[in-house]
Amino acid sequence: MEKKTVNVKINGTDYQVEAGKNILETCRSVGVEIPFFCYHPDLKVAGSCRMCLVYTGMPARDRATGEPIKNEDGSQKIAWMPKPSIACGTNVAEGMQIITDSDAVKDCRRAVLEFLLLNHPLDCPICDKAGECKLQEYAHAYGNAQSRYVESKNVKPKKVEVAGKIMLDAERCIQCSRCIRFCNEFVGKSIFGFTKHGSKTEIAVYPHADNDSNYLLNVVDGCPVGALTEKAFRFKMRTWFLKTADGICGESSAGVNTRIWSREGKIYRITPRRNDAVNGMWMSDSGRYEFRLFDEGNRVLRPLIDASPCALSYATDRCVEILKLGGVAIVANAWQTLEEQYITGELAKACGAEVYMVSHLREDDGKFVSADKTPNMRGAFLTGLVAQYPQANLDSLAKKVRSGEVKTILCLGENLRALGFDAKDFKSANIVFCGALENETSAAAKICIPFRSQFEKRGLWVNRQFRVQKFEKAVDAPEGTVDDLEFLATLLRDYTGASFALPSHGEIRRVMAAKIPQLANCASVGSAGMQIVGSAFANVDFPETDAVRFAKNQHAQK
Amino acid sequence: MPQVVSGLFITIKNFFKPKVTLEYPDQSPVLPVGYRGAPTLVKDSQGREKCVSCQLCEFVCPSKAIRVTPGEIPADSKYSFIEKAPQDFQINMLRCIFCGMCQEVCPEKAIVLQNEFSINGYSRGEFIRHKADLYKAGGVLPDKIMKWKKVKDNAELGGNR
Repeated sequence: MEKKTVNVKINGTDYQVEAGKNILETCRSVGVEIPFFCYHPDLKVAGSCRMCLVYTGMPARDRATGEPIKNEDGSQKIAWMPKPSIACGTNVAEGMQIITDSDAVKDCRRAVLEFLLLNHPLDCPICDKAGECKLQEYAHAYGNAQSRYVESKNVKPKKVEVAGKIMLDAERCIQCSRCIRFCNEFVGKSIFGFTKHGSKTEIAVYPHADNDSNYLLNVVDGCPVGALTEKAFRFKMRTWFLKTADGICGESSAGVNTRIWSREGKIYRITPRRNDAVNGMWMSDSGRYEFRLFDEGNRVLRPLIDASPCALSYATDRCVEILKLGGVAIVANAWQTLEEQYITGELAKACGAEVYMVSHLREDDGKFVSADKTPNMRGAFLTGLVAQYPQANLDSLAKKVRSGEVKTILCLGENLRALGFDAKDFKSANIVFCGALENETSAAAKICIPFRSQFEKRGLWVNRQFRVQKFEKAVDAPEGTVDDLEFLATLLRDYTGASFALPSHGEIRRVMAAKIPQLANCASVGSAGMQIVGSAFANVDFPETDAVRFAKNQHAQK
Repeated sequence: MPQVVSGLFITIKNFFKPKVTLEYPDQSPVLPVGYRGAPTLVKDSQGREKCVSCQLCEFVCPSKAIRVTPGEIPADSKYSFIEKAPQDFQINMLRCIFCGMCQEVCPEKAIVLQNEFSINGYSRGEFIRHKADLYKAGGVLPDKIMKWKKVKDNAELGGNR
């Protein structure tokens, strides 16, 4: 379907733009910046901040006849609005003229900012929002350098804890109402509200509000100023020290796009990254703290053979020896990247191993925490590791160990003890454990290889929509660990005796693109991800249910 | 030969002139106003620590000598309304180049380059000055503005509620 367009004139330049959009988005699409506080692309328009005021005019028409009115020189007369209008709440129309850079518009912005700053505490040095605060940016770009206000400022509640995870400072609030709208529209509950009037208006939390939502921290990202700040990030680090990396949330198969903020190898916070096809601009609160799973204290940090440390090359050689004994089974997982799963599959083919996987399920919340706790189960189907949705335990594998059919298990990250294995099964089979986190299996395994967390490597994941998404390495891995892909590729090379150099991510992606038809373009996945067709797996019973921006049967219908 | 005599003449002339050199370290030099010696942290006239750990000095420091660990002021402190103070404040005097940019950038006038110019130690660790050392060296710098007192008075006395 062709998009309808209209002709508008912005600051004297003619543009053909998409119809039905507001002036703010239209101007942004042609590179004219309009400042705004309260507008949010994923929320309803409130028009409360008045920062986006612009002058607009329409071609004048005679009211009686509808004929266009001409100027004396024969050109179309423009009927200008006598006062400025808000760009967020006004849609573009055919022939509309918009002025965003006149002195009158600049005066509007300066006056709005002066009012907003009258009672603002100006405590940027102690405010966590400083550096990414819209009020700060616009005050520099459009505001006055000096305040004319000499009276004492309004006093409002400060340091109010909300839902145990947010700190509210009502003095900093500019009454944009984004938090109110977010809770009403997305969470579906009224949590925030305004009290009092005029300059004394305060943002407040409803008493006894049911605020246990797992999405509440999105109001912190949405807040254009520092009125709502995250308690866990409070006074931890100034934002300008933090480096960002594009990540994908590993919490569930929703594949929420994230931004990982770190300094000197330490992750400080994770925030959502806009991707309209997946998560819009939101993410779950629980997903923001995924990085805490990989705490120094519970990591495997060096290769172990029978629980005593050894060199990595030695451990690798022993692994290959054990694999050559035959009777191999591989327990893969769906936290592995697509590349790792592919190499795992190749390794399984090379040593004739059967691949087992385990499902990790929870209740689907209908938003961005899906029923599948693993982020890349679709990848396991694409790379051919599994054909049926896996069971929640490994009883069948345990039986084969007990019958002596399986003598060697290469276990990638899963905790066998919790999945049907007894302590004596660890004696009867040689178990090689590769994982980032310590567990009962890592302690009891014959060989234990320290892998990396999702924040310390890069790769591709396929989410519940069959969207291939890439994530970058955010921080350096702790010393002693080995890159998952590198280790698996080394095993494959040493097992097959081939003398090839270790393949890079790019090479593996190219090989996958050549061998797996659905992944034909996977070597060129951008930051927004790439939708692929998953209709080949339409008969697989995936556990996810319909959710925000996700329909379970989207491929079955095609 | 005449050059030797004229050279000696200059030597003898300077012999009777007043001395311009200083017997350092027995005598200490008179430092000009605004001298940029070692950076220190200062307190205001009421003994309040001025630094709020905004980390702008850490950001601006060209030689990366400063390292601030921010922290929250405990609720039982009488300055808890200021909310933020450094847990630790380290200045590595082996890295410091005495440029004074930290002093210039500080929004609270909490870090001041004072007169200490001779910085010695027996180990590298001694050159890393922590918060307590910096306050000890800094002392008190009376402040005319008293921004936080104004904030507090406004909140407790006639503020607009």
